[in-house]
Amino acid sequence: MVDVLRKVPVREQDPKIRVTNFEEVCYGYNQDEAIEEAARCMHCKNAKCIRGCPVKINIPEFITKVKENNIREAYQIISESSSLPAICGRVCPQESQCEGKCIRGIQGEPVSIGKLERFVAEWACKNKIIPTSAVRKNGHKVAVIGSGPAGLTCASDLSKMGYDVTIFEALHQAGGVLRYGIPEFRLPKDKVLVAEIENIKSLGIKIETNVIIGKSITIDELLQEEGFEAVFIGSGAGLPIFMGISGENANGVFSANEYLTRNNLMKAFREDYQTPIAHGKKVAVVGGGNVAMDAARTALRLGAEVYIIYRRSAEELPARKEEVAHGKEEGIIFNLLTNPTEILVDDKGWVRGIRCIRMKLGEADISGRRLPIAIPDSEFELEVDTVIISIGTSPNPLISSTTIGLDINKHKCIIADKDNGQTSKKGVFAGGDAVTGAATVILAMGAGKLAANGIHEFITKKYQ
Amino acid sequence: MYKILEKDKLASKIYRMVVDAPRVAKHCQPGQFIIFKLNEKGERIPLTIYDYDRKQGTVTIVFQQTGESTTDLAQMQTGDALEDFVGPLGQPSKFVTEDIEYFKRNKILFVAGGVGTAPVYPQIKWLHEHGVTADAIIGAKTKDLLILENELKKLCNLYVTTDDGSYKRKGMVTQTIKELVKEGKKYDLCVTIGPMIMMKFVCILTKELNIHTIASMNPIMLDGTGMCGSCRLSVGGEVKFACVDGPEFDGHLIDFDQAMKRQQMYKTKKSCTIEEDTKHDGSKVCGR
Ligand SMILES: Cc1cc2nc3c(=O)[nH]c(=O)nc-3n(C[C@H](O)[C@H](O)[C@H](O)COP(=O)(O)OP(=O)(O)OC[C@H]3O[C@@H](n4cnc5c(N)ncnc54)[C@H](O)[C@@H]3O)c2cc1C
Ligand SMILES: Cc1cc2nc3c(=O)[nH]c(=O)nc-3n(C[C@H](O)[C@H](O)[C@H](O)COP(=O)(O)OP(=O)(O)OC[C@H]3O[C@@H](n4cnc5c(N)ncnc54)[C@H](O)[C@@H]3O)c2cc1C
Ligand code: SF4
Ligand code: SF4
Ligand code: FES
Repeated sequence: MVDVLRKVPVREQDPKIRVTNFEEVCYGYNQDEAIEEAARCMHCKNAKCIRGCPVKINIPEFITKVKENNIREAYQIISESSSLPAICGRVCPQESQCEGKCIRGIQGEPVSIGKLERFVAEWACKNKIIPTSAVRKNGHKVAVIGSGPAGLTCASDLSKMGYDVTIFEALHQAGGVLRYGIPEFRLPKDKVLVAEIENIKSLGIKIETNVIIGKSITIDELLQEEGFEAVFIGSGAGLPIFMGISGENANGVFSANEYLTRNNLMKAFREDYQTPIAHGKKVAVVGGGNVAMDAARTALRLGAEVYIIYRRSAEELPARKEEVAHGKEEGIIFNLLTNPTEILVDDKGWVRGIRCIRMKLGEADISGRRLPIAIPDSEFELEVDTVIISIGTSPNPLISSTTIGLDINKHKCIIADKDNGQTSKKGVFAGGDAVTGAATVILAMGAGKLAANGIHEFITKKYQ
Repeated sequence: MYKILEKDKLASKIYRMVVDAPRVAKHCQPGQFIIFKLNEKGERIPLTIYDYDRKQGTVTIVFQQTGESTTDLAQMQTGDALEDFVGPLGQPSKFVTEDIEYFKRNKILFVAGGVGTAPVYPQIKWLHEHGVTADAIIGAKTKDLLILENELKKLCNLYVTTDDGSYKRKGMVTQTIKELVKEGKKYDLCVTIGPMIMMKFVCILTKELNIHTIASMNPIMLDGTGMCGSCRLSVGGEVKFACVDGPEFDGHLIDFDQAMKRQQMYKTKKSCTIEEDTKHDGSKVCGR
């Protein structure tokens, strides 16, 4: 008998085996499982789940189609709102978005919306269903900076409206964080990311890699010399923040960005790729978000014993629940309510340990988060040979500092209208992490979508 | 793909290549660098821009074959292509953005060692084109490793020294600096590019001599856009990213000892293994 209060369990790689490889952890639903899970959805009239989804996918409708085994239709419904469903199904923090609002979840577990979305997207990929391109090109050129979820979404929406879109990407491969940040075991690159990017290219979008806006060419030149009528900035928040504690420049201390980029973009985990990576034996990862979990689980797979050091408690861990659970199963040791005070360095300049202090949670601040306070005389040392700093990132000033008239706020985030992405500079739009600071894939996509409409309106008006 | 249009050998293990890269050629300035990646599996490797031709859309690099990636690059021939070539990266040299009159009034000394001779060339050339003739010392271990003597001779007052005395002056570049100053030469600014250890000693000396000094740093890099922090240095007690804040910094403020240690991070990658690590082949492990 099916227990309607529980999600249909999803098959996963055995934790003991998966820590030795970089294959995907979660296998996802097969057709039977998906149909069974879809049956749990009550097709609510007042479907709260939709309100939890930043791009407002018509969740009850697509799930009904899955229940009816009409996956093609389900895919069409999702595609109306999202251009990267195989990715969102995997990486959205569903527990605080769609599934967090699901009425089924009031009693028992919510419907597994993310896993169903992923199933539909994979089915469509297997059956070679690709998004339809615009009937007629309108001849207007738009430049998109950055090929992360914001840029990819903005480009694909504009292209469907008939625009001639070129994406400029600083790195040698497209995808943004999806390429260099999120590891293979959570988001397979060839199977999922490359497939999505190929879909987007099939719309006729050009992707020019190895172009750094602000260095190789400026936004003003794109507008004045290269014939682009509008520009979308989706350059993310890629600048790593360090803690500023003693020992941080020692050998063996990395930003999570460096560690993950070496492993994901440069494929250092594979013997046949040339980029090296530090295989620590004992690794401390500082931070508690998705980035920290990804760095920790990568270090685990490279053979290390791994500690997470996070200054608040388990409840406040900002990472997706599923990642924390997976990390625990795989053997990550969580040092919660703990904060580093110093990185200890040996005489050759290498990390030999990390000094930490215990914390407790004090009063809530205005945002409602309880502030961690150091407990006096509670310092202790942890012996590690590698430290990965994962306490956040901020937008890179390369673009804002080379574009006259583009306003930023005190966090270096580009200021943009939240309804259409318009910045302080005419014809220039922005969205995603570059505007909000580090956030989520689906929010970046949502912003890319709004900006595509904003750009369409801007160009249309120009010719009226 | 970025096609190699010319290749020649300047000295033992030192090569020059002209690469078709119009976007880089259009915007680059002396002092900036590029990152290339040879093929799918290659590393991203930084190299200074040696010369450029905006009309032809080409960029010239000079590199020394020191390890895996530069050896692979040295095997490439005219007509072959590099998969990736991105730039220009880093900040241009100060004099490009500052008032040229300042440099006309003041006396500049370039001090280069080894393959570092290549990156001083565009700076000396730029100054020469703007009516400033600098003094320059270039040093090499031995005669066979000396490069660009003829090219530089035309653009500056050139002093050549070899460590072993096999050609022209004998001794390290610092020796020549001392000799020039003893002869009565006065310098207001020194620009040094070469191995970190050489730059360290040049800076110690110029500090004693009270000559403001700029050093061009070559730490380990990955993206070159400020995203990874692998290139970070301590400059005057502050953390700087060489790829976006540099590569040139006030030489008297750089923590060279730390920078040299950091440069060793992956040095023994091919020789070091981790004993207990049985699951993973240790052949790409970092070294200590
Ligand atoms: C390790 C990690 C794990 C994460 N896990 C999750 C998760 O599980 N779920 C989730 O929802 N979110 C997650 N996030 C956050 C999410 O990935 C980001 O919020 C999202 O990718 C932001 O998208 P974006 O398009 O704004 O920017 P990005 O994805 O950062 O893409 C920006 C792109 O612009 C390029 N670029 C930057 N500057 C320039 C320039 N000057 N010229 C040209 N190109 C430029 C960059 O190279 C990059 O490719 C994670 C982030 C990280 C780092
Ligand atoms: C801004 C900048 C400009 C440079 N300009 C030039 C130039 O014009 N000509 C030239 O010949 N060289 C230059 N270099 C140095 C050049 O990048 C290194 O020689 C090259 O990375 C060595 O790679 P390899 O694989 O051949 O050597 P290996 O010895 O096999 O590499 C060892 C490891 O060290 C890492 N590494 C990265 N950067 C460096 C570095 N700077 N020094 C040592 N190891 C490094 C590599 O990732 C590699 O994994 C420059 C470096 C920088 C940062
Ligand atoms: S896009 Fe994300 S939030 Fe929206 S339904 Fe899919 S998984 Fe949920
Ligand atoms: S709230 Fe839950 S049960 Fe209701 S329609 Fe949405 S997914 Fe289905
Ligand atoms: S090379 Fe990555 S920040 Fe400088």
